[in-house]
Amino acid sequence: MKKSIVSILLSFVGIFLVLGLWAAISANVAPDLPSPLRTWEESRLYIMEPWQKRGEMDQGIGLMTAYSLLRVAKGFALALLIGTPLGFLLGSSPLFFRMFDPTIQILRPISPLAWLPLGLILFRQSEPAALFTIALCSMWPTVVNTMQGVRAIPQDYHNVAKVLRLSPWRKFTKIMLPATLPYMFSGYRLSLGIAWLVIVAAEMLTGTPGVGGFLWQEYNSLIYSHILLCILTIGIVGFILNRLMGFAETRLRAA
Amino acid sequence: MSYLNLTNIAKSFGPRSILHNISLSLAEGEFVSIVGASASGKTTLVKIASGLATADSGSVTIAGRAVNGFIEEAGMVFQNYSLLPWLSALENVRLAVEPAFPQWTPKQHTDQAMKYLDMVGLGKAALKTPAQLSGGMRQRVSIARAFAAEPRILFLDEPFGALDALTRATLQQELAQLCRAAGRPVTALMITNSVEEAILLSDRIHALGRGPGATLSPGFTVDLARPRSAGLLMHDAKAVSLRHRLAEFLTTGAVAAPALVKEVA
Ligand SMILES: Nc1ncnc2c1ncn2[C@@H]1O[C@H](COP(=O)(O)OP(=O)(O)O)[C@@H](O)[C@H]1O
Ligand SMILES: [Mg+2]
Repeated sequence: MKKSIVSILLSFVGIFLVLGLWAAISANVAPDLPSPLRTWEESRLYIMEPWQKRGEMDQGIGLMTAYSLLRVAKGFALALLIGTPLGFLLGSSPLFFRMFDPTIQILRPISPLAWLPLGLILFRQSEPAALFTIALCSMWPTVVNTMQGVRAIPQDYHNVAKVLRLSPWRKFTKIMLPATLPYMFSGYRLSLGIAWLVIVAAEMLTGTPGVGGFLWQEYNSLIYSHILLCILTIGIVGFILNRLMGFAETRLRAA
Repeated sequence: MSYLNLTNIAKSFGPRSILHNISLSLAEGEFVSIVGASASGKTTLVKIASGLATADSGSVTIAGRAVNGFIEEAGMVFQNYSLLPWLSALENVRLAVEPAFPQWTPKQHTDQAMKYLDMVGLGKAALKTPAQLSGGMRQRVSIARAFAAEPRILFLDEPFGALDALTRATLQQELAQLCRAAGRPVTALMITNSVEEAILLSDRIHALGRGPGATLSPGFTVDLARPRSAGLLMHDAKAVSLRHRLAEFLTTGAVAAPALVKEVA
């Protein structure tokens, strides 16, 4: 208990030190960088009235975040829907693994900035192109972790399935899925992190409303303090998402 | 009339020959044990006999049919229990009951699972998960799981190997009791590293020599009335002599006093 209070205090000390560094840099080195105070003053309206819609690209930070989160949720769901079965397939069939592993290794490091134009060509609209990019970039940890989870199932469990004469479906629901679940969730957590990274790039390039789109627009309108507002929002939301997934993961392992 | 038949089984892993020229047959209703030191190939042998693994050469038949995949009417008790940790004791047993009796209602499946959990004294712990049970209780669940499917032949791979001596003795008696209560002769092939355990439970015992290329000793018939108590085995002249001859074979690889040994074809 005492220890956790100390940790919380220490993390605040860290935050204040970084704010101090930021203020020092904006005062002495980079005059274009708004100071923390100026950032707060110019962003106040967006933070205090987070659900206010003044125009297509001029909305409270809560609304902007909500748009981004919704988009991420869709892309992430798509990634899980494709990635999980793919992981199971690759994990259970050595043939499939040998066939597709090299392709996956090539697709995995491709940046969202490279996928997005392709998505725009394919779908001719920014929204599906963004979802396509999020799904394609974020599904790999799900694929790889699920695959490793399936591979890590002890031979004993496969023998149990044979001895009990479980049907393939029963074997899947009673053995494969529960045995793989913790691995799948580690993959989901990593995938969500990537999806949140990709959203900013996707919104910047497509100019759709959301934290990323807002950030890019304010850069173009030379309102630099709003860039910092967006950056902080992205960081905080990402942190919360990771915490939530981590929480779900530990609950799962404990169960 | 033999039920399970192994003929000239050989198995190697890479260059290492594990089993060599093993032949064994079990009559219906016969309880046969194989005693051997660890790493002599006992698990490999029981996997081949049950159809979980295939031999390099030789043949396995059950009721005259060639074995291809795990024998349909068989049950198995694993060395390490192999319960599913995310299921309760009841669900673990029920999982075996469902495919064994597909025509039954869910209620009947649950009743059957509960009946066998009760028989091993775990009726009250039915809803606990394996992690909440002791080693002895886990193996009881595993035994209940095997019996609840009412198999015609049972394979037991060192069922009590991981248990302390006291729990082990209790479970041996419970297993003997389950076999008697089955209402029909249970055909079983048990692997064990304990000569006493083999004598307590079997009709016939074979010793598996030390590898590499382990071979099977002739059968030692256990001509003792049932039920057998552990105490009786310490004093009964026939049991003592049998223990000595088995121990002798296991240490020297030779069969002592051949006149006393009834070889079983
Ligand atoms: N799948 C396998 N691949 C390679 N070696 C194996 C395999 N299974 C068992 N062995 C080896 O075969 C020998 C006998 O194993 P096992 O049948 O498990 O012995 P036991 O059950 O008598 O202890 C051991 O030395 C073990 O290392
Ligand atoms: Mg073994």
